[in-house]
Amino acid sequence: MALVTALAARSRRCDVTGLKVDWHAETLIKVNAVVAVVCFLVGLVAAFGLVLTRWQAVHLLPADLFYRFLTLHGLNMLIFFIIFFEMAVLYFAGPVLLSARVPAPKLGWAAFGLMVVGVLMVNTMVLGGKADVLFTSYPPLMAHPLYYLGIILFAVGALVVTCLFFAALVVAKRERTYEGSIPLVSFGALTAAIIAVITLLHGAAIYIPTFLWSLGVMNMDPQIYRMVWWGLGHSSQQINVAAQVSLWYLLAGLTVGGVVLNEKISRMAFVLYILFISMASAHHLLVDPGMGPAWKIWNTSYAMYLAVLASMVHGFTVPAGIEMGQRLRGYTRGAFEWLKKAPWSDPGFSGTALSVVIFGFFGGITGVTIGTEQINIIAHNTLRVPGHFHTTVVGGTALAFMAVTYYVLPLIFRKRVRFWGLAKIQPYLFGLGIVIFAMSLIFQGIFGVPRRHWDISMSNAPFQVEYHPAVQLFQATMGIGGLLAIAGGLAYILIAVATVFFGRPFRLEDSHDRTGVPQGIWNLPPQVHTGAAVAAVHRRGSPGTIVLIGIFFGCFVLYYFANWKILSFLWKVG
Amino acid sequence: MEHTEAHSAIVSPQGTWWRPAGRQEKIWVSIAFVWCLILFAMMPFWHFKGGQNPSGIRAKVNPQDFAARVEKFIADYKVGEDNGVAVVAPPPGSHIYMAGQMWRWYPVLKLKEGAQYTLHLSSLDINHGFNLFPVNLNFQIVPGYDYGLKIVPNKSGDFRVVCNEFCGIGHHMMVGKVVVD
Ligand code: HEM
Ligand SMILES: [Cu+2]
Ligand SMILES: [Cu+2]
Repeated sequence: MALVTALAARSRRCDVTGLKVDWHAETLIKVNAVVAVVCFLVGLVAAFGLVLTRWQAVHLLPADLFYRFLTLHGLNMLIFFIIFFEMAVLYFAGPVLLSARVPAPKLGWAAFGLMVVGVLMVNTMVLGGKADVLFTSYPPLMAHPLYYLGIILFAVGALVVTCLFFAALVVAKRERTYEGSIPLVSFGALTAAIIAVITLLHGAAIYIPTFLWSLGVMNMDPQIYRMVWWGLGHSSQQINVAAQVSLWYLLAGLTVGGVVLNEKISRMAFVLYILFISMASAHHLLVDPGMGPAWKIWNTSYAMYLAVLASMVHGFTVPAGIEMGQRLRGYTRGAFEWLKKAPWSDPGFSGTALSVVIFGFFGGITGVTIGTEQINIIAHNTLRVPGHFHTTVVGGTALAFMAVTYYVLPLIFRKRVRFWGLAKIQPYLFGLGIVIFAMSLIFQGIFGVPRRHWDISMSNAPFQVEYHPAVQLFQATMGIGGLLAIAGGLAYILIAVATVFFGRPFRLEDSHDRTGVPQGIWNLPPQVHTGAAVAAVHRRGSPGTIVLIGIFFGCFVLYYFANWKILSFLWKVG
Repeated sequence: MEHTEAHSAIVSPQGTWWRPAGRQEKIWVSIAFVWCLILFAMMPFWHFKGGQNPSGIRAKVNPQDFAARVEKFIADYKVGEDNGVAVVAPPPGSHIYMAGQMWRWYPVLKLKEGAQYTLHLSSLDINHGFNLFPVNLNFQIVPGYDYGLKIVPNKSGDFRVVCNEFCGIGHHMMVGKVVVD
C-alpha cells in the first residue's frame, strides 16, 4: 500500500527533516545500500578465514584458499561494499538533501545493473580460482580477462551514477528546489564525486590496457602499472575520505545539532582534497626502483602535505562544531560537559565519534608516518600497512557508513531498527575490535612480519626465520580483535537485514514507544540558531576540543619522530 | 565581527558565507600548516644528511641480462653452498647481486661488517618484496628494473631475506640469507 501511494506521488515529504524525497532517489538508495551490505557480508566471511589463518596458532586455510580469500576480501570490502554505499550517499546528498528529482532515473537503474553484473563477474572469476592475483593484480601476474572486464563494467556504472549526481545538482539549481548555496554535506559529496571522476579516469587508463594485455594484444610494464594503478587505488581512498567527512558533518547535525564553524574553512579543506589527490599514488611506490627521490618526496607529500592539512582541519572543525552545537543546547559547564552529556547510546552518534577518533588519531598518525619517503623503508609491505588502513577505511569509513545506517533505516526505509539493544553497542564492538586488530598488525609489522603472507613460520623454506617472541602476543591480540570486529560486522548485517525485511514501520506520531529509532530523529536538534546565544558561544569557542586536539598533536609529533629514531639505527642504505 | 547565526551542515547557507575564520580555527590551521611544512622538510633533510634512503642507482634491465650478471657474480666469488644455494663472498666496495625468482633469493651473500657494497636487486619473473630480517629494511623488487642500493652492514650476524610481496603459492618458501662477519 505504501508502495502504491509512493508510486503515485513519485515523491513524499519527510516528516522529520521536511525534505522532499524523490521516489527514484529513495529506491536507488535502498538497492545500492542493500547490495553494499551483501558485499560486506562476503568480505566478512573472507575476513574470518584470513584472521584465523594469519593467526599461526590456528592456521585455518590452505595456501591457495588463503590468497583467494585475500583477493575476495580486498575487492568486496574496499571496492564493492564501499563504492555501492557511496552511490547511495550520492543519491542522498544530491536529490534528497536538495529536495530535487533524479534527472534520468532509467540511467540510474542501468548503472546499478552494470555494477551488479561487474561484481558477479569478478567474484565468479575469483571464486573459480581464475584470478588469484589479489586486488592489486600486479602484472606479470595475470587473471582471466573477464576479471578485468568485470571491474571495467563496475567502474562504468559508478561513473554514470557520479554524472547523475552532477546532473541532479544542475537540475536542482535550475528548478530552484533550494535557496542559498548547497549545504556543506552536499558540497563534500560534490568533492567526493569530482574525485571519483578523476579516479575512474585513472581506472580506465589502467584497466583497459590491462584487459587488452590479458587478451595478449599488448605489453604491460610492471612499474608503470604500479604507478597508474595506484592513481586509481589511492585516489579512491580519497573519495572515501571526502564521503566519510561529509557523513561526519551530516551526523553531527542530525544527532546533536553540530554546527559549521566556518563554511569557508570547511569548504576550502574539501577543495584541497581535489587538488592534490592525483599525486597520492606515490606513497605506494616509495621504495620502488622506477622513480627518483625528488619525484617521490614531492608526490608522497601531496605537494607539501596539503591534503593532510585538509584532514587536520576537518579533524578540528567536526568535533568543535559538535561542541558548539552541544553548548548551544545548554551543555555549557566546564570544558567537557558537552562530551559527557552527548548521546552515547545513539549508535549514529557513537559511531560518528569513534569514526572520527579511529580515522583521525590512529589512521592519520600512522598513515602520515609510514608515507614518509625514508620511514617507508621500515614499513613497506609489512603488516604495518594493513594495520594502518584498517584504521582508516574500516574504523573510519566503514564505521561512518554503519553510523549513518541507523538514521537511514528510519528516515529512508521508514522502519524501526530491529535488535535496538544490540544496535546501541554495535559501533563500540566493531570500533574496539578494529583498533585492537589494527594495532596488533602494526606492532607485528614493526618486528618485520610481512603482509599478504600465508605462513610466517616459513615451512619448507631453505632457511629458518624466528620472529621476536613478542610477535606471538600480538598474533593472539590480532585474532581476538579481528574476531570482535567480525562479530561487530555480523551484528551490523543482522540488524540491517532484519530491519529492512522484518522491521516495524516507523511513524513520527508513535513517539510513546521510542525503541528502534535514534534520539536525533525523535527530537531533531535545532539546525539553525540565531541571536545573542550564538555570539556568546562563538566567543567562548571550543575549549574541550582544543584539549583533545592538543593530545592528538602531541602523540602525532612523538610517533613521527620516534620512527625517524628507529630508522637511524639501521644499516646505512641509499 | 559578532556571529549571530549558526547552522548545521545540512542547511543551505544563506547570503555570503565567505567570512573570516574564528580565532581558534586560525591558530589551529596555522599550527597544522607549519607542521605540514616540517613533515615535508624532513624528507629532503634526511636525503642529504640521513643514512637511510631509498634513492639508489636505478636502471632498466632485461631479466635475462640480470640473470647473466648474477651468474657471473657467483662464478667470480663463490665460496661454497648452503642448503643448495650458492654462497658468495665479494670484496668490500664491490657491486653485488641478488635475484628474486619464484620462490627463492640467490645467492647467499657473505659480507664484512662496516664495509660498503652496492647491492643490485631485481626479479627474474614477477614482483617480489625484499625484507631484510630482522633489520627490517624493505624494498619493492620489480621485474625489468635494477635497484642498486649502497649498503653498509653495521652489525655482524645471520640475516634472512623474506619475500613480502605476494608472488604465488610458494611465496612463504621464498627465504634467502645474508651473513655478516
Ligand atoms: C571486519 C573486520 C575485518 C577484519 C578482521 C579484516 C581482516 C583482514 C586481514 C586478516 C587481512 C589480511 C592481511 C594480510 O595478510 O596482509 C585483511 C586485508 C585487507 N582488508 Fe580487511 N578486515 C576487516 C574488514 C575490512 C574492511 C571493512 C575493509 C575495507 C573497507 C577491509 C579491507 C582490506 C584490504 C584492502 C586488505 C588488503 C588485501 C590485500 O593485501 O590484498 N577489511 N583484512
Ligand atoms: Cu617473492
Ligand atoms: Cu613473495
